[in-house]
Amino acid sequence: MVAFVGHCISMDRVAKLAAQKAVVVFSVSSCCMCHAVQRLFCELGVSPAVHQLDEDPRGREMERALEKLVGRRAPAPVVFVGGELVGSTDRIMALHLGGKLKPLLRQAGALWL
Amino acid sequence: MPSFASSAGVQNNSTEGNTTNPSRESCFGLLKHSIAVHNDLEATTKQSGQVIISYPSQFGPLTQQPLASVGVTASASKVESLRSHQQKGQQPHLLFLSSQFENWGDSTMADASPRTDTSTDLDIDEKNQMLEQGQLAVAGASDSSDRSKDKRLDQKTLRRLAQNREAARKSRLRKKAYVQQLESSRLKLTQLEQELQRARQQGIFISGSADQSHAVGGNGALAFDVEYARWLEEHNRQVNELRAAVNAHASENDLRSIVDGVLSHYEEIFRLKGIAAKADVFHILSGMWKTPAERCFLWLGGFRSSELLKLLANQLEPLTEQQLMGICNLQHSSQQAEDALSQGMEALQQSLAETLAGSLGPSGSSGNVANYMGQMAMAMGKLGTLENFLRQADNLRQQTLQQMHRILTTRQSARALLAIHDYLSRLRALSSLWLARPRE
Repeated sequence: MVAFVGHCISMDRVAKLAAQKAVVVFSVSSCCMCHAVQRLFCELGVSPAVHQLDEDPRGREMERALEKLVGRRAPAPVVFVGGELVGSTDRIMALHLGGKLKPLLRQAGALWL
Repeated sequence: MPSFASSAGVQNNSTEGNTTNPSRESCFGLLKHSIAVHNDLEATTKQSGQVIISYPSQFGPLTQQPLASVGVTASASKVESLRSHQQKGQQPHLLFLSSQFENWGDSTMADASPRTDTSTDLDIDEKNQMLEQGQLAVAGASDSSDRSKDKRLDQKTLRRLAQNREAARKSRLRKKAYVQQLESSRLKLTQLEQELQRARQQGIFISGSADQSHAVGGNGALAFDVEYARWLEEHNRQVNELRAAVNAHASENDLRSIVDGVLSHYEEIFRLKGIAAKADVFHILSGMWKTPAERCFLWLGGFRSSELLKLLANQLEPLTEQQLMGICNLQHSSQQAEDALSQGMEALQQSLAETLAGSLGPSGSSGNVANYMGQMAMAMGKLGTLENFLRQADNLRQQTLQQMHRILTTRQSARALLAIHDYLSRLRALSSLWLARPRE
């Protein structure tokens, strides 16, 4: 019961953080793939809010929550756009190549051009 | 009285020729010496030319090498005239010289090698000085007096000693070279053994007949190379089929099925690469399975999508405005994605470097050993992400092809695939040409 509650709390925290900015990335400071995704957003002219799970006191639980969301262990980087879950690196890349990432960003107000 | 400007002559001969055989020079020196001492003839030594001498067989291979050079005929005729001018009782000509050589050969060969070296220039100087003195002493005396004989012997001894030293030195150098050769061969042998061991571990059955059907399981480097070769063969076959269909103006449906076939075959290699990367990520990343030129321009274990799209822009006209925009955007997006992944890789490399550097420091304490282990474990973890990057890069490539197919018509896709194939196979051909190029 406690674990379940804890899980809910973490999920809520994730959701809360995800809604704070147009683009939110849950990352791990030592993760280089997270770095790559951040660089991509920079190139697109977007400055996402980056939360380093390993630097957050509740990072471990949040990571577990994210694992459930993404369906994968070591989920980082996990990207939220406009408070909605987009996904991990695969998804971001696929969207971008399909020309769908920019419209999504514009819709969320992260991009003006 | 022949002047001893010959000393200059002798020195010239010693120093100018790395091409001339040193032993010939020493024999030549002996010749000059003998001629000079014997008589008052104008020495061939005055000439800059050299003389053809035939040596006795003790000198082995030297006998085959003539001292030919400019001015030979003049010198040779001089020798002839020398002979004719000799007084009786002497042995002024070549016969005498060869007997000198024989004596020399018997007593002075310090090692087994027939090759001896010339005395140093300094020795020759000394010799020549002594010669000169001897010359003055026996001025006019054409008979071989005892004194001049003694002088000759002294000089002969000196020369022998010098040559012994030289021979010993050369022998040591040869031994050193041989040992170095042995060492490098040993190293090579060890490397080959390791490679063989690795190949065995990867489950490849090494048979004498190298029959591919014997290859047992294993997803390591060698297995992948074999699979890739097979894939490439099939790919070429499909592309030829596609080319024939395009040239024959085949129907939309026929074309589409062939194009779909080519695209799904591309997916197959990405799948194989993924499996192989789990076994040996470095093999895939380094592009050892590709030709050298391809390897040079490799990006994260394969081709660069944005580059291929750039080349397509010219090949695909006419394009509608929408199509043109689509292709341009696709190129732009893939470029951005590639850059992002490249930067991620750079961050990985930097991070790895920092981790490894972190384990450096004063050794000895047990704390440092634990630290070392920890750092290495961390480094190992980082290396694990390489596979991830490779997978992302292959995804990028795969999706580029799919998006391209989506934007273009079937016929345009067909031509695009042909263009891509031709470009990459030219790169492969370039590798072969480069390897086979004539070198200076």
